[in-house]
Amino acid sequence: MFSKEEIAQRIAKEIKDGYYVNLGIGIPTLVANYIPNGINVVLQSENGLLGMGPFPYEGEEDADLINAGKQTITTLPGSSIFDSAMSFGMIRAQKVDLTILGAMEVSENGDIANWKIPGKMVKGMGGAMDLVASAKNIIVAMQHINKAGESKLLPKCTLPLTGVKCIKKIVTELAVLDILPEGGFKLLERAPGVSIEFIQQSTAGRLVVEGEIPEMRLD
Amino acid sequence: MINKVVSGAEEAIKDISDGACVMLGGFGLCGIPENCINALVAKQVKNLTCISNNAGVDDFGIGLMLKQRQVKKMISSYVGENAEFERQLLSGELEVELIPQGTLATRCLAAGYGMPAIFTPAGVGTEVAEGKEVRNFDGKDYLMEYAFDADFAIVKAWKGDTAGNLIFRSTSRNFNPVMAMAGKITIAEVEELVEAGELDPDQIHTPGIYVHRIFQGKNYEKRIEQLTVRK
Repeated sequence: MFSKEEIAQRIAKEIKDGYYVNLGIGIPTLVANYIPNGINVVLQSENGLLGMGPFPYEGEEDADLINAGKQTITTLPGSSIFDSAMSFGMIRAQKVDLTILGAMEVSENGDIANWKIPGKMVKGMGGAMDLVASAKNIIVAMQHINKAGESKLLPKCTLPLTGVKCIKKIVTELAVLDILPEGGFKLLERAPGVSIEFIQQSTAGRLVVEGEIPEMRLD
Repeated sequence: MINKVVSGAEEAIKDISDGACVMLGGFGLCGIPENCINALVAKQVKNLTCISNNAGVDDFGIGLMLKQRQVKKMISSYVGENAEFERQLLSGELEVELIPQGTLATRCLAAGYGMPAIFTPAGVGTEVAEGKEVRNFDGKDYLMEYAFDADFAIVKAWKGDTAGNLIFRSTSRNFNPVMAMAGKITIAEVEELVEAGELDPDQIHTPGIYVHRIFQGKNYEKRIEQLTVRK
């Protein structure tokens, strides 16, 4: 089974040279630590920054320079700053190549829910609805099952939706899956030591298993 | 040159009265108009509709206004950092409209650009779309969202001049320039106020035509929400 860091590490393998990438809060933020050497990637932070650098050294933090998770960060050579409207303009216009975000639920037709639990948790969607509605390439980093062992990969989302038919790839602690255009979670890889049977049990939505399913490799 | 300078926050907000619709710039606590928020808290105006990406934290920013029950309705995209906000929302004391962040920014932009509405795919098929007109362009659905109509916009800039021109610093820019364009009356507080002519016209982010009142703020706390450093 994968740790959060390993989910991030696996997702990082999907990032290609020359990509502009938006990383959501939580596991997606960790992806920045695993971007392969030798490829040039520009991270977008939707509060208005392209070229997000690492966290500052202690004492060098700047209250005016934060990421969308409100963490202190730094800029890099080539960074640029802009306002919130332009930030979502470049997202809507599909200038950002890849969006990586978290989810509470994903359905087999690619719907995602990640912003609200009615009566319990109301934090808001932030930029997630804009990102999922516009991005051409979205990878979801999420837990396959909740603490009670219930699947979060469902036939239909039970929570209020963030976007419809927009998710194409999911990486969980158990597996890497694609969402098929006709619906269904297609199993691509399994985490080390995780059986297909366990993934089947842990997936409430339609799981498609064809041929050999290799173990995920991180190297 | 038209002089936009007022003496301070108290004078700048003097005609914001009960029931007003007020936009406030900032992302989290970054780039929020601290002086004007404190003045609104002191003035104790009530029944405000506030348009702001976030709602501050319990003891800073808009959170201070929430604590005093000055806000009737909040229009935001993300309010996760404020426990008092969540309590008032779940108990029904506070009316809240959560909208996608890009929609929030672009509805400001539309107001400042003189456009009545925009079309965005954000929220299609979700509860955000309820009651809204959907239009299909080239096979994709978009929601029609109206430009904001705010009585006041309050923004924070790094530098400004007596003509109301503004320059923002780093990511404290965020919603400030688009909100500055969107208010019927726009109030700007700046860290450094200079004479007209001292700022390079090529470097201005917000032209003074959008700004009605400007003053140099004081005692900026610039609180950091998530201090994160490299190991």
